[in-house]
Amino acid sequence: MPRALWTHLVKDLRIEWRSLDAIISMLFFSGLVVVLFSVAFDPRGEFSQRIAGGVLCVATMFASVSALNQAWAREIRHNVMDAQRMVPSPGAELYLAKVIVNFFFVSIVQVILAPFFFIFYNLHIAGQGWLLALVLPLGTWALVGNGIFFAALSITSRNREFLLSLILFPIFIPALLAMVQATTAILTGERDPTLWIKLLAGYDIIFTTVSLLLFDVVLHAE
Amino acid sequence: MKKIAIGLYAAVVVALMIWGFYQAIYVAPDDAMQGELFRIIYYHVPSAAVAFLFFAVSLAGSIGYLSYRRSHPERAQGADAWALAGAEVGVIFCTVVLLTGPLWGRRAWGIWWTWDARLTTTLVLWLIYVSYLLLRRFAAGPQVQTLAAVLGIFGALDVPIVYMSNRWWRTQHPAPVFGGGEGSGMAPAMKAVLGWNMLAWFAWGILILVLRYQVERRHQINASNEALDALEG
Repeated sequence: MPRALWTHLVKDLRIEWRSLDAIISMLFFSGLVVVLFSVAFDPRGEFSQRIAGGVLCVATMFASVSALNQAWAREIRHNVMDAQRMVPSPGAELYLAKVIVNFFFVSIVQVILAPFFFIFYNLHIAGQGWLLALVLPLGTWALVGNGIFFAALSITSRNREFLLSLILFPIFIPALLAMVQATTAILTGERDPTLWIKLLAGYDIIFTTVSLLLFDVVLHAE
Repeated sequence: MKKIAIGLYAAVVVALMIWGFYQAIYVAPDDAMQGELFRIIYYHVPSAAVAFLFFAVSLAGSIGYLSYRRSHPERAQGADAWALAGAEVGVIFCTVVLLTGPLWGRRAWGIWWTWDARLTTTLVLWLIYVSYLLLRRFAAGPQVQTLAAVLGIFGALDVPIVYMSNRWWRTQHPAPVFGGGEGSGMAPAMKAVLGWNMLAWFAWGILILVLRYQVERRHQINASNEALDALEG
């Protein structure tokens, strides 16, 4: 593993380990979204099976935005961003380290949230449950990969926190659709989720590649 | 000279649009199934075509900016102006498509909106380019052009994926009328009218696009002059 990537990875993990800011706020926020949706839609029986996938994905999406913003905002203090620009290692390593770390955080949140989710929505998995272990990471990677990229892109702008959601969500729509469709297909067991999993994988490959290629341009934008 | 040329072109555009309107409303025959209602196609389809073309112009401008920004700064500025003009005018035409579509759908399908492949793709396209314009508005400083160009490329990359994903999801919009399977195609009289309207709307779109491009170029030149003055003063 390249050394710069490893250094960034360890640094971010250590910062998060000391405060647990991102994980706690994401966890509480996504839990709130789940509760709010159950109050708003009163999910029972068949209906809850159908909307559960969508609620889980949207809850993750909203919750991760705060962590994504934090990912770069904490680099602004003490001009760390400027220092990062001067480092001789490629920006792609910095980007990849941030994505891996935040992917890890969001996954932790999903793993903790899942049992509550199953209880609140009275879920039972009618399809192949193990496929969820493929769908959720793929969807989360799509979200975090694009999110970290756009957070870096909007870091210099006015009201950047708001701007990140505005540019991330439209581009994330196909991945969200695929994630929701696949999760629902697995939960209800009525359809085959393979096509959607392929779409998610394709989306991940395309956007991660382009992000890695273009990240230096964004980092050194002048 | 340039002003006269633009004025002449504008006059031709107005004449074309009047001719197109006349053709669409008075000359084109009624549709066998939809009657008068069908005439909205002469506005809906050309607007969509123009919007897609201008988004392509915007993409080309974005790529041009990124590739020239170091080697030919002046050319890169021009490319950036095309990217902005394409996105802005494209959003306007896309808005027209999104407004005329539900009007037509309400009468033809009985519903205002449906989440089918082409409707959703158009809506997502509109959202992406609106977010592009928002980025240009909110991001300050000299890096905005680079950031916008990157977002422009990302947005364009997303479009085929959105389209495919929605096709797998559901589709209600009629199958392609031109070059489709059996039973596709239009009556020759309608085709001619659609052709005139295509021409008129393209001519009109290009006029607006070029004007917007020139305004942006002037902005850029003013900004660089001001920066130069500040340096010298």
